[in-house]
Amino acid sequence: MKTNDVILRTVTKAVVFIILTFGVELFFAGHNSPGGGFIGGLVLSSALVLLFLVHDIETVQQGIPVDFKKVAAVGVIFAVGTGVGAVLFGAAFLTQTFGVFHLPVFGDTELATVVLFEVGVALTVVGTVVTIILSISEDV
Amino acid sequence: MLTILMAILIPFIAAILIPFIYKFIPRINIGWFVLVVPILLFIGLVRYVPSVAAGETYIKTISWIPSAGINFTTYLDGLSLIFGLLITGVGSLVILYSIYYLSDRESLGHFYVYLLLFMGAMLGVVFSDNMMVLYVFWELTSISSFLLIAFWYHRKQSRYGAQKSLLITVTGGLAMLIGFVMLYAMTGTFSIRENIAAIGDFTNHPLFVAALVLVLLGAFTKSAQFPFHIWLPDAMEAPTPVSAYLHSATMVKAGIYLVARFTTIFGGEEVWFYAVSGIGLLTLFWGSLNAIRQTDLKALLAYSTISQLGLVMSLFGLGSVALNAGVSSDSILYTQATFAALFHLINHSTFKGALFMVVGIVDHNVGTRDVRRLGGLMSLMPVTFSIALIGSFSMAGLPPFNGFLSKEMFFEAMLMMRDFDVLSIRSLGTIFPIVAWIASIFTFVYSMIIVFQTFFGEHQPDRLDRKAHEASKGMLIAPSVLAVLVVGIFFFPNIIGNYLLRPAMAAIYPTFLDVDQLTPHISAWHGLKNNMPLLMTIGVVIIGFLLYISLHRWRSLYSVGPMLWNLDTLYNWSLKQMESSSTAITNYYMSGHLRDYLTYIFGFFLFAVGGSLVLLGGFSFDVSNDAPILINEVILVLVMAIAAVCIVFVPSRVTAILLNGVLGYSIALFFVIFRAPDLALTQIVVETVTTALFLLCFYFLPELKREKSVRSSKILNGIIAISAGVLVTVIALSVQGNKLFDSISIYFENAYELTGGKNIVNTILGDFRAFDTMLEVVVLFIAGIGVYTLIKLKARKGERDVED
Amino acid sequence: METLITILVGILVTVAVYLLLSRSLIRIIVGSAVLSHAVHLLLMVMGGLKKGSAPLLDENATSYTDPLPQALILTAIVISFAVTAFLLVLGYRTYKETGLDDSKELRGFTDE
Repeated sequence: MKTNDVILRTVTKAVVFIILTFGVELFFAGHNSPGGGFIGGLVLSSALVLLFLVHDIETVQQGIPVDFKKVAAVGVIFAVGTGVGAVLFGAAFLTQTFGVFHLPVFGDTELATVVLFEVGVALTVVGTVVTIILSISEDV
Repeated sequence: MLTILMAILIPFIAAILIPFIYKFIPRINIGWFVLVVPILLFIGLVRYVPSVAAGETYIKTISWIPSAGINFTTYLDGLSLIFGLLITGVGSLVILYSIYYLSDRESLGHFYVYLLLFMGAMLGVVFSDNMMVLYVFWELTSISSFLLIAFWYHRKQSRYGAQKSLLITVTGGLAMLIGFVMLYAMTGTFSIRENIAAIGDFTNHPLFVAALVLVLLGAFTKSAQFPFHIWLPDAMEAPTPVSAYLHSATMVKAGIYLVARFTTIFGGEEVWFYAVSGIGLLTLFWGSLNAIRQTDLKALLAYSTISQLGLVMSLFGLGSVALNAGVSSDSILYTQATFAALFHLINHSTFKGALFMVVGIVDHNVGTRDVRRLGGLMSLMPVTFSIALIGSFSMAGLPPFNGFLSKEMFFEAMLMMRDFDVLSIRSLGTIFPIVAWIASIFTFVYSMIIVFQTFFGEHQPDRLDRKAHEASKGMLIAPSVLAVLVVGIFFFPNIIGNYLLRPAMAAIYPTFLDVDQLTPHISAWHGLKNNMPLLMTIGVVIIGFLLYISLHRWRSLYSVGPMLWNLDTLYNWSLKQMESSSTAITNYYMSGHLRDYLTYIFGFFLFAVGGSLVLLGGFSFDVSNDAPILINEVILVLVMAIAAVCIVFVPSRVTAILLNGVLGYSIALFFVIFRAPDLALTQIVVETVTTALFLLCFYFLPELKREKSVRSSKILNGIIAISAGVLVTVIALSVQGNKLFDSISIYFENAYELTGGKNIVNTILGDFRAFDTMLEVVVLFIAGIGVYTLIKLKARKGERDVED
Repeated sequence: METLITILVGILVTVAVYLLLSRSLIRIIVGSAVLSHAVHLLLMVMGGLKKGSAPLLDENATSYTDPLPQALILTAIVISFAVTAFLLVLGYRTYKETGLDDSKELRGFTDE
């Protein structure tokens, strides 16, 4: 099936980066305003899915040589690992902590361990969604 | 000093270690390592004997589930000590015997693991004070017995016997569990000791008799009492050491233990007396009658065990009269029955254990246990013969063996029933000694069969599988020890009486303060005057001898009329019926149609939830708190409703997917209206990805066909669907009408102080309920892996097909 | 508003159950997706609607919408996505292997 999708391809190139940036922004916004690991992860993966839909799988995988199953696995390990980390510090499983630090460039910045947890969530979401889509597409 | 908790745990720990030892030290017979366990435990328990005889008890509680009243409480008193010593003592001898009995080619690792498991469970039964813990160990003995009976699982008969014993004993165990729960419902405690103290106030409670009967069911099934005895003969398919240990000396006595233990709780009730002594006497009679017809020596011993267990049981029943009559010098007399029961319990373990081992030796050495093929082995196997003689004569109740003493006491107790008028059954009381006497005659006859038909008469070497020869020394040690005990107890019975039976009596009759009165002096000679028991014994010997001689003339009676009627047939028939009817029922509703299953689920949902809503009158409708409705929201609702209804009717799958997408995006809009920005964002993205996924998959799926279903099933679907929808609506409205609980969300509004986050939803996900989120991530991951494997696994299989 | 949405939930449940009971695999999968939509809305309604501003503390509002149902729904959305995806692939795979799309015909189908 050969269709003329020049417009789609051209638009995608620009849009993907906007979506990716938006995803990262949502991810970091999470703690204080709408956003977070899930949404960030989902937006990121939707950008990737768009890429896969527009270009063929081989091309994209040359550009992003990542095994998404492993991404998902790493995500799970991160999420569980932060919980175990809390145990190592003598707190209950999955206890999160936070603090406000003064950093030279950013000024007063709040850093929370929950970010690590959210990274795990986001990675799992990205990994899983892309794995599902890829599995089906590759099977064809 | 060995603590009781350790005594229970050591066999289990050993059971864990045995497979490793078996694997890494193959040269030494694993049995020697196992043997250490019961010997150590036996020594450890023997060291408790003096202090327990002095009246001490040991109790230790480890909290387990205190909120449910379940604690791991170990309790050692005279009664449990007797059983503990039997379990470990006979256990040591049996393991020693099995080292020589089982060949190295058997899977010994399994055998000893099961045996240790059983030993630990059995010790758990007798040392637990908490009924729930006792129950767990109780069922564990059934399970290990199952495994041991089915040890030679390639034989059909072994599997049959194992299943039968498991079904019967576990059913009884469940009844017992219900009885325990009823006791808990009455007294509020699972502790047996506390129940003993508290039960006095509850004897008129409606549950009291029900609990009594249910607990007795457990005891009767375990102790193979009529009509549940049918499992024991089939359990003889187990290797002989197992039969000697589980099915004669210990496990079947768990039921006896339970009766002894609960006599203190239920003994005052008449029903208890009638049930225990009546069933016991019936079992005694039926078992001895059936033992004579057996031609397989092990089956004969099985029936004789049933009969002897009935004897002990009936004695406990008589002993409970003392509790019914209350504390008085008269009722002290009745306690002698219990004393006789405990004494016979020990004696039975010695002589029956020895006899089982003898039969095992015969079987092992000549290859058959059929009395019709055996004979004349006396000169070939002199030691085995002597042991068999001692054991059989003790069982028959002849001096100078311990069976004589307890049999005399048994007669004495039964004769007492003639004067028994507490329950106003004076005339009925005479039946007791008569039945006991007849049963004893049969006992005498089958005891003679064991000795004379095996060891006397004509030797028939051509009918035997192997040439007869004396057993190896190692194999003879264990039965010899038991035979020595049989004789030793006859001459020094009061050592047992004072050190073991006395504290046990004190445990069963805590209200009788004078323990010395409870413990009579056992003597073999009571003088000629008024010695009715001795006369009875002489009568047993004379009539029994005549019957044995004329055995060939009246044996044919067994094939007449009611003797053919058989409980086994009933069991087999009902088992078959249950199997076929359960298959039929399962086949009827497990149709293999997804739709049928969903119909069951929704049907049950409608029935249960809707039914309780109607019954409880829970419906209430309150719109006063509703938020105002705006016109754009109405439009959105209409759009969704129309889209939803259209999904059902559209013929094209792409349209259906897009309509589903419409629903999803509309919900995202609702989330915006309802002030849920996170949800709106997530919903939009998820909906996008889902729709993409749908389209991707549906590209390869067939076009929707018109449903081929019949009209009637379509109507049924419609009815179910509409009722489900209505029910959900009604429930949701009712829930809004009644706010039963205050919202807990105020707590989350402190999110910034607690977590440093200002997005409350996000802090709930990441901080407050991070565990949920973590598991959710795991679920997502598993789904992803599932999708991946669903697709890839198949591909690999395709490759293999090509190779083929 | 709550009543209206509740009725909508009822309609969605009706449609979903009807689809689940049908024989076509595609309809069953769509049915499960519709059912999860219904449940999300139901959860939302249970917390009360429009009772305050969005649960973001930056808003400095006096009252907030109940955040707990939102957190539950967020979890539910992701899980239902996973389930739908899995079901889809299951149906897809079944069709590829057997050429059948009808749960009644699939009964007793042996692969080997």
